[in-house]
Amino acid sequence: MKPALFDYVRADSLDEALDVLAAEQGDARVLAGGQSLLPMLSMRLARPRVVVDIGRIPGLDVIEAAKDVLVVPAGLRQATLLVHPGLERSHPLLAAALPWVGHAQTRARGTVCGSVAHADPSGELPLCLVALGGSVRLASKRGRRSVDAREFFTGLMSTDRREDEMIEALAFPGAKREAGYAFREFGRRHGDFAIVSVAAIVTAVAIEISVGGVNDVPARRVWPRLDGSALDDALNTLAWELDARDDIHADQRLRRDLVRSLGRSTIAEASRCLA
Amino acid sequence: MPRLRRDETTSVRFTLNGEAVSRRADPRMLLSDFLRHECGATGTHVGCEHGVCGACTIRIDGTMARACLTLAVQVEGAEIETVEGLAPEPGRLSVLQDAFRRHHALQCGFCTAGILMSLDTLFSDEPEADEVRIRDVLGGHLCRCTGYEPIVRAALDAVSRLRSGKTNV
Ligand code: FES
Ligand code: FES
Repeated sequence: MKPALFDYVRADSLDEALDVLAAEQGDARVLAGGQSLLPMLSMRLARPRVVVDIGRIPGLDVIEAAKDVLVVPAGLRQATLLVHPGLERSHPLLAAALPWVGHAQTRARGTVCGSVAHADPSGELPLCLVALGGSVRLASKRGRRSVDAREFFTGLMSTDRREDEMIEALAFPGAKREAGYAFREFGRRHGDFAIVSVAAIVTAVAIEISVGGVNDVPARRVWPRLDGSALDDALNTLAWELDARDDIHADQRLRRDLVRSLGRSTIAEASRCLA
Repeated sequence: MPRLRRDETTSVRFTLNGEAVSRRADPRMLLSDFLRHECGATGTHVGCEHGVCGACTIRIDGTMARACLTLAVQVEGAEIETVEGLAPEPGRLSVLQDAFRRHHALQCGFCTAGILMSLDTLFSDEPEADEVRIRDVLGGHLCRCTGYEPIVRAALDAVSRLRSGKTNV
């Protein structure tokens, strides 16, 4: 498996990268850590005319923490975020989910923004961004805009990003004081694609549950503080609503089962964190 | 903003196991192929070519990385370390390599180069690494022969020897 031919541009600044994206009109792909793009190139699922390497642009890996919001720029690697000081307190959901993103060997290179741009339905980072109500900051020659994560993912590996735009940064809102957070995942091997992953945020009055790996985009529901059989019923309804697929890794029934069981245990863990 | 055309090659300069090297690559050449075909460093193996198996794992600027998920042109100026650089000198094995031999942590050896590079990096980053960390890092590798248990035993043996001050055998 080798990539098809492409031109390679090493951008020295964000502006240069945006120039190329504007000029190529959809036929350019951004290369940051390459952990999602390289498999796509090698399997020839992506055959861009140009690959724009943003890996050498200075300053693209500096986290900005402003007013409880963590702003993660395009060059920041997943492994760097994982050891970001205070992450467990400021963003407990991210701290719990990051060890599930790929393997240590791919986290060392893969970027947080790259994973969101790739928008794999089983991706943990898209799920967290949706669960936390974060936003995606897009840049192009035409200007900048910010898109709510819940509107950004539009389908299987497709997003609201326009052809001449790139993700400049992601904004992850910080933990609310009166909320418990938990993340759980089931896969065949730690680090493989999630068969089902669940993020739960529990407050005194509500349960927010987000599920990845089942539908084309992360699914989110907000419920009152259900428990007992009412919670079981809600999870069961959700499991059926999500319309799981059969694939080589798991059939629909297993996926529905996991939504119920993983959903329950993740919500229970988040409730314990709250207490 | 250097732009390299699809059918052009450029020289890529970097250090390979401490030695400065320069070889030519076109944009689409994977680092795994570059190391093996252009540099003759065939210790790095190629299994799946999409990041799943770990056979191609090397070190780029001190951190573990998949050579098959990296373009050769990306490593201009980087420090690359491969399995060829692990032994302290010809004919002698590193502590980790020696533990692999004693514990029969390899059979066909296809996965071994990548696993050695991951564990070697883990132990230099985290000298206190325990079995949980070892298994976590091994999760990024596939071995079709050993069943992993001898690899875990070799890794635990090596890390405890390294902790007690041995640098090589
Ligand atoms: S060959 Fe690179 S991970 Fe399999
Ligand atoms: S020793 Fe044969 S694959 Fe690991």
